[in-house]
Amino acid sequence: MYRETQIISDGTKSPPSGGDLEGVGDLVINVGPQHPSTHGVLHLVITLSGETIKNVEPHLGYIHRSIEKMCESLSYRQFIYVTSRMDYLSSHINNHGCALCVEKGLQIEIPPRAKVIRVLMDELTRLASHQLWWGAMAMDVGALTPFFHAFREREMINDIMEETCGARLTMNYMVPGGVMFDLHPNFQKRVKEFIELFKSKIDEYDELVTDNIIFQNRMKGVGYLSKEDAISYGCTGPTARGSGVSCDIRKLYPYEVYIEVQFDEIIETGGDCFARYLVRLKELRQSLSIVEQLIDNIPEGDFQAKTKAVLKLPKGEFYSRVETARGEFGVYIVSEGGTTPYRIKFRSPGFSNLSALNHMAKGYKIGDLVAIMGTLDLVIPDIDR
Amino acid sequence: MSNEELKIKLIELIPPATFEEGNEWMTINIESSNWKTVAQQFRSTAGFEFDYLFCLTCVDWKTHLTMVYHLTSTIHRHTLVVKSKLDRNNPEIETVSDIWRTAEFHEREVYDLFGVKFSHHPDLRRLLLTDDFNGYPLRKDFEDPVNMIKL
Repeated sequence: MYRETQIISDGTKSPPSGGDLEGVGDLVINVGPQHPSTHGVLHLVITLSGETIKNVEPHLGYIHRSIEKMCESLSYRQFIYVTSRMDYLSSHINNHGCALCVEKGLQIEIPPRAKVIRVLMDELTRLASHQLWWGAMAMDVGALTPFFHAFREREMINDIMEETCGARLTMNYMVPGGVMFDLHPNFQKRVKEFIELFKSKIDEYDELVTDNIIFQNRMKGVGYLSKEDAISYGCTGPTARGSGVSCDIRKLYPYEVYIEVQFDEIIETGGDCFARYLVRLKELRQSLSIVEQLIDNIPEGDFQAKTKAVLKLPKGEFYSRVETARGEFGVYIVSEGGTTPYRIKFRSPGFSNLSALNHMAKGYKIGDLVAIMGTLDLVIPDIDR
Repeated sequence: MSNEELKIKLIELIPPATFEEGNEWMTINIESSNWKTVAQQFRSTAGFEFDYLFCLTCVDWKTHLTMVYHLTSTIHRHTLVVKSKLDRNNPEIETVSDIWRTAEFHEREVYDLFGVKFSHHPDLRRLLLTDDFNGYPLRKDFEDPVNMIKL
């Protein structure tokens, strides 16, 4: 909101008032539900004083499909497919979390080959998701070119997925007991081609965006989130790790073969947008390294354990968690011993990360909000469920 | 702390609590009227320091509702599940959104889908559904108007 400079009595102009706009009144604006920077149908009601954000109130539910209720009416084999539609950029990892929870209930040990395939797929998904985030993030703050760079490499991963899983986005490849099909014969060759190519591309990402001074000025010191607040708000994934919280489920509660592979948990202590950006970019290298370690070491054997046609979980409750590209994804199943879950709850990472948005954005300028939302890496279907 | 050590400390702290066996994590049942004081103790008592509420949800058991809180400590790395029975006709429990900030959104979600009222919640409104929506869809007796989901 523009205010004219006051002329005071002695004829000299007053200095700029430093954002003190008392008496002018607050301005309430709506961002979304359809806005390029929200990456989906998220509606933010923002209260502004001048250009400074006083309050951000997210309105959710534009694509709420009541997935939890739907899952209550589906069998343990069927409900996993619905979960691909939550965080569609980490659909493998969502499926993985659900499959792990059902396996925990049934106490099935899956074959070693399936374990390695699952981790490979998870990490390729994480790469694809972070690539998309990187392109979209740069586009949000005004750099259009990186988007095309990111999608060029992401396309290779999508092609690999299409060959083995038959789909490019909602793969539904992980099933209780292992994976649905064996790997495509071309899989190893194509993944190796991708690794070779992408290694040099990450350096290009760094040159193009990370070291760019204009980009750094937009990101540094913006959207600060302290370590205590990150924990209190339940933030996970790169959002929390940018604030110095150690929360990588792959390290803390290792599942499948994560305990055997070498990788680092990336933690930055800056707490600002740039720290969160760095975490994701460094995670690209870590994921690539995991894929590289495993691609030549896929054990021979079955890709699926033998399970009954109709699965029945014993009475009780089961919780499993996995690390998606956005953070901790939890599946809580309450079973009454039947063929369908009695109650199922998905603890989605985006939901908790979004709840910190108001706290993070307060006091910054409206232009910074786009950068803050970009580094939260929101996927709206994951939040609305 | 391991589950056994946790149990010994918990009995000292809240004698009337009952425990559920056979789960992965220590599960404790508490009275809903005690929840706020107990929650504060869980958060601040040395040795517990449950600072991270990673899951908050509700289960409809047809005769009553049960609130389920999954707590963990980022310092000691132990996990605790707290359950509290609520009356189905007038479910009400104290909010914990001032102790764990993440509860603010999660409690709004539970209010929206189960109709549990969280007293002293700063902003208790429907979160995912529209303000004029009738009923609480995740309750077992909810009739879906277009019959898309049949249980």
